[in-house]
Order: sequence, then C-alpha cells, then structure tokens
Amino acid sequence: MSDLTRIGRTLRRTAVQAVPTIFGIVILNFFLFKLAPGDAADVMAGESGSATVETMTALRHRFGLDNTVLVQLLDYLNNLAHFSLGYSPRYNMPVAELIGQRLPGTLMLMAVALVIAIFLGIVLGAVMSAFSGKLPDRLISILSLVFYSTPGFWVGLMLIVLFSVVLGWLPSGGSGTIGSDLTGIPAVLDSLRYMVLPATSLALFYVAIYARLTRASMLEVKSQDFVRTAAAKGLSPRAITVRHVLRNALIPITTMAGMHVGSMLGGAVVVETVYSWPGLGRLAFEAVMARDFSVLLGILLLSSLLVIAANAAVDILHTWLDPRIGVR
Amino acid sequence: MSSSEISGHTGSIRQAYRAAPAEADATVDAVEPQWSNLHAPDARHRSTAAVPAKNGRRALKAFLRNPNAIFGLVFLALVVICALIAPLIYPDDPLSMVTTPFLWPGQDPAYPFGSDSLGRDVLSGMFWGARISLLVGLAATALGLSFGALVGAIAGYFGGWIDDLLVRFIEIFQTLPSFVLLVVLVAIAQPTAPTIIVAIAIVSWPMVARLTRAEFRAIREKDFVMAARSLGYGHARIIFREILPNALPPLIVTSSVMVASAILMEAALSFMGLGDPNVVSWGSMIGEGREEIRTAWYLSALPGLAIVLTVLALNLIADGLNDALNPRFSEERS
Repeated sequence: MSDLTRIGRTLRRTAVQAVPTIFGIVILNFFLFKLAPGDAADVMAGESGSATVETMTALRHRFGLDNTVLVQLLDYLNNLAHFSLGYSPRYNMPVAELIGQRLPGTLMLMAVALVIAIFLGIVLGAVMSAFSGKLPDRLISILSLVFYSTPGFWVGLMLIVLFSVVLGWLPSGGSGTIGSDLTGIPAVLDSLRYMVLPATSLALFYVAIYARLTRASMLEVKSQDFVRTAAAKGLSPRAITVRHVLRNALIPITTMAGMHVGSMLGGAVVVETVYSWPGLGRLAFEAVMARDFSVLLGILLLSSLLVIAANAAVDILHTWLDPRIGVR
Repeated sequence: MSSSEISGHTGSIRQAYRAAPAEADATVDAVEPQWSNLHAPDARHRSTAAVPAKNGRRALKAFLRNPNAIFGLVFLALVVICALIAPLIYPDDPLSMVTTPFLWPGQDPAYPFGSDSLGRDVLSGMFWGARISLLVGLAATALGLSFGALVGAIAGYFGGWIDDLLVRFIEIFQTLPSFVLLVVLVAIAQPTAPTIIVAIAIVSWPMVARLTRAEFRAIREKDFVMAARSLGYGHARIIFREILPNALPPLIVTSSVMVASAILMEAALSFMGLGDPNVVSWGSMIGEGREEIRTAWYLSALPGLAIVLTVLALNLIADGLNDALNPRFSEERS
C-alpha cells in the first residue's frame, strides 16, 4: 500500500470520529452561551447607554432571541455553517475576523514553545536514559519534576525579572519593536528576541513531560531484540541510538505532543497576559474582562477545532513514523 | 494509540529502573519476593481476598522508604498546618493594611516576608493563601474524582452502547482545551470559591473517567468478577464492592496529581483576576505583585515559591505512591 492511500485512510477514520465530537462541542457551546448572564440585546442596550422596555423587545425580536431554544439553536448552527461566530460590540467587528487576526500570534508562540519543549525534552531524556540510575539521571529527574510543578506565569515573571530587569538583555513584553522598519533577517531576529521568554515559560512544563517520556521509551526500546541485532551487525552506538532507538521512542512523544495542543493553548492564555503578547489568549483575557461572551465562546470553539486538527496531524505523522499503524 | 498504552510503558520502565532496591529488599525478607518489575503477579495477588491487605502494607512500607515521598509528605503536612493555624496566628483579615508599604523581607522583624504596595503583611497573606489553595485543590479533586470514577466505572463495566455514548461524552470534554473552558466557565458563573471548585472539577473529571474505564474493562473479565456474577450479586455491588477496590491504586496516584494540577489552575485563574475577590490566594498575590515587578519582585517571587514547593510536594507523593502501589498506569498530567 502506498503512503498516500494509508494517509487517506487515516484521514477518513479521523473525520468519522471527529464529526460527533464537533457536533457535541457546538451544542455545548450554544448552551454555555445561553447560560451566560445577559443576551445580545442587553449588551447592545448597555453599549448605547439607555434603552426602554419596548426597544429591548424590538431588539430581541430582531435577533430572534424571543424564539424557542430549539429555533435559536438552529439559527446558531446556520450561522456556524456560514462561518459566522457572531459580532463583538466591544471591538466593533465580527468575532471570526477578530480571532483570525490574533490566531497567527498564538500559533507561532505555541509552535516555538513546542519545538523548544520537544528538543530539550528529547535531549534531557536521552541523557537520562544513557545514565539511568546514576547521578545525572537523578539530578535531571528532580529538575524536571521542579519544572513540572512550576506555574508558567510565575516562570514568566521571574524570567522578566532576571533577563529584562536585572540583566536587560531581552524585552519584557510585546511582539516586536514598536515603530521599527526592519525587514528581512533583522526583522526575524527582532521578533525572535521578543519570543524567547514567552516561549520558554510556556515550554518548561512540557520539557519535564517529554524528558520523562523519552527516558522511559528509550529504555524500553533499548532492551528490544532489533536493537541487539543492530548492535550485532556492527552499527555504531550513535547510529543505533539515533536511527533505531530514537525513531521508535518518538511515537509516544508525538502522541503526547498532539494531546498537549489543547493544554498548551490554555497555557498560552496565561503566558500571553504576562508578556502582553497579541494572541488568542490575551484576546480571551480581554473578553473575560469585558464580559464579551461571544468572543470567548468563539475562541473556545475554534481552539477545540484546532485540537481536533492537531490530533489528525499526529495520526498522519504516526503512519509515517511507523508504517504498521495505518494498516488496520 | 491510547495514552494509557504509552503510560503503561512508562510504568513498566520505571518499575524496571526501581527493581534494584526491590532486589535488595528481597534478601531481607526472602519469604515474600517482590515482583515489582513484573505485571503478572497482580492477578495472582488480586484473586484472593486475604492478600490485598498484605499488599497494602507492603505498599505503605515501600512508600515510607522513599526519601522523596517522605520529603513531599513532610512539606505538605507543613502547608496543611499553616493553613489550619492561619486564623490563630493571623486573626486579622489578611487584606487589611497593617504597616508601611514596600517593606522588603527581613527589613522589619515583625513582618518577616515584607509588605506589599498597600502595606499588607505578605506572610499573613501566604498563610491564608494556603487555605484557599488546599481547599480548592482537595474539594475539586474529590468532586472530579467521584464523578469521573462513576462515569468511567459505568462505561467500563457495562460496555456496549452505554460505553460508546459515554466515551463520546468524555471525548468532547477532552477535546475542549481545559484551561480555556475553565476560564469560560468561571467567567460565566462569576468567580467565587464554590464555582471555581466546580469548574475545576468539570475540566478534570474526563482523565479520571478514562483511567477508571480502562481499569474496569480489564478487571471485569477476571474470574472473581465472574464468580461474583454467578453468586447473583447485583451490578451496584459488583461495581463498588468487587471491582472498584481493585481499580483503586491508579486512582489514588491520579488523585495526588489532580490536587497538584487543581492548585496550579486555581493559581493561574486568580493570577488573571478570575479568583474569588474576597479571599487572598497565592495566585492573586502574584498578580498584584506583578504591577511592581521591577522594584519589588519579592511580592511575586514568595507566593510563587509557595506554589512551586506545594505542587512539587504533591508530585513527589504521587511518584512515591506510583512506585509503591505499582499500578500499570502512571498517567501523565495533560
């Protein structure tokens, strides 16, 4: 079977599984929206400063808020089918557009954090498995447990104290030098300077998880027959570790990384508020402060879709890493 | 590929790694060899009624021999004592202004951890903060654990369409990014201690449900369950009296991790200003200290250290429990 058919199969299976989940999430989202205090008419009235009972009724009629819950649910589904997530009076623009503006910032932050976390995690885990039971192993395992126990926002603040306040090396917030007209490589370097601290604060928690996981799965793979065979046929220890052990050990790590997209989004919410990073998380925070629930629920819905997409991506990655997986 | 499968690997490796001390023990009491690096004896131990008690004592002994776990236990006990005696040594409201603002730690012996921008005593705030952190952590875990275990038990025990339905339900909650959902729930329900507890329970039960379901699916096929069925026991009795006690070890480990992550979630919420506004919490202290991070960084650093150490203690306990109870799963927190 060719790679493409295998990937096609995986995608089809994922889609079949995802549809009921998406439907459930949409319905849950709708009922959360209904639970939120105040409806769109209240928000509009609040924005305009005053409203009579008659105008409120008229507003509710215009937005269809006087219909039964079922009709409103169908309306909501209809809007979603047209990719409309509602309108934010606070920002005076459609929610979908607002989220679209902020999404790239968060995705970039998450991607950099994930790369840092996986890289450091694999390195630390490989060191731990090479010295298993010895001093380096124990020290790193305690260190990773400390990382695992530290709230990201606090790491963020402490990094700001160290690198921005005391040493003055890195900026303490924002996503780029304001008013700079850099282009090309200097511009990339500039935005990297702004990204180092937030991405590191977001990554540390996951470094701990990946380090432990890498250590465990490398030890497990090392004891298997094919590794002994590889050693017997005269491969160098490095080639065995990189080509045979690490490749197989990567499977649990990619599974975990896929599962962490959701929780990393949550971590980004907090880290972005620490560094005033212009992303979804900060938008969520602002929406909470403004009690702008249509924005908040739009973010919730969109981030769930992101999680589903990430899971599909991991499935595809697996069929590539381990050809046995797709064939079922 | 399920997460439990992977963490199963994690478990077996970690047990293999710990096998060395276990062998040393075997020489001490050679009568009862310790099979901590094998899975199969579980079934043998569990098939008789008398052994689990002995198993529990062995687990307790193994737990108490683990220096990391003891450190965690001692530190956690210290935090619990701080939380309990907070009203005795600091009877005043920790939100009241008592001294000059911005005292650095050690500057005034009466206020060893200094004071914040409004002249509030930092140490008093940390004592009272321990109360809310532990309360939220324990209550949310109790709630999430019981609901998750119930759902997981029903799904795993009955199987069939009930299982399919419940798995879908669990999946929905696992797909929603938990912290984003938490923020939405607390924002909608208004932040008070009870709503925060319920919201944290809502985002943390799916993990327990999955774990319990996996355990129940494995155990329900065992002979003693069939024996219980053939004796005519009802479903409720089989679930709660026969299977649940055998599914407990991984749940006990998870509960310790859950308390830790609930404390982290509460801290993050109150850091963002979504905590109960009438209570001092470590997270809200960090959030307020953030305004003066350039001049008075100790205001954020000290409560943060309290969070790190408390959560670290809980994680050390979880690790110790995991090694001692030797369950097949060591769920990674996700």
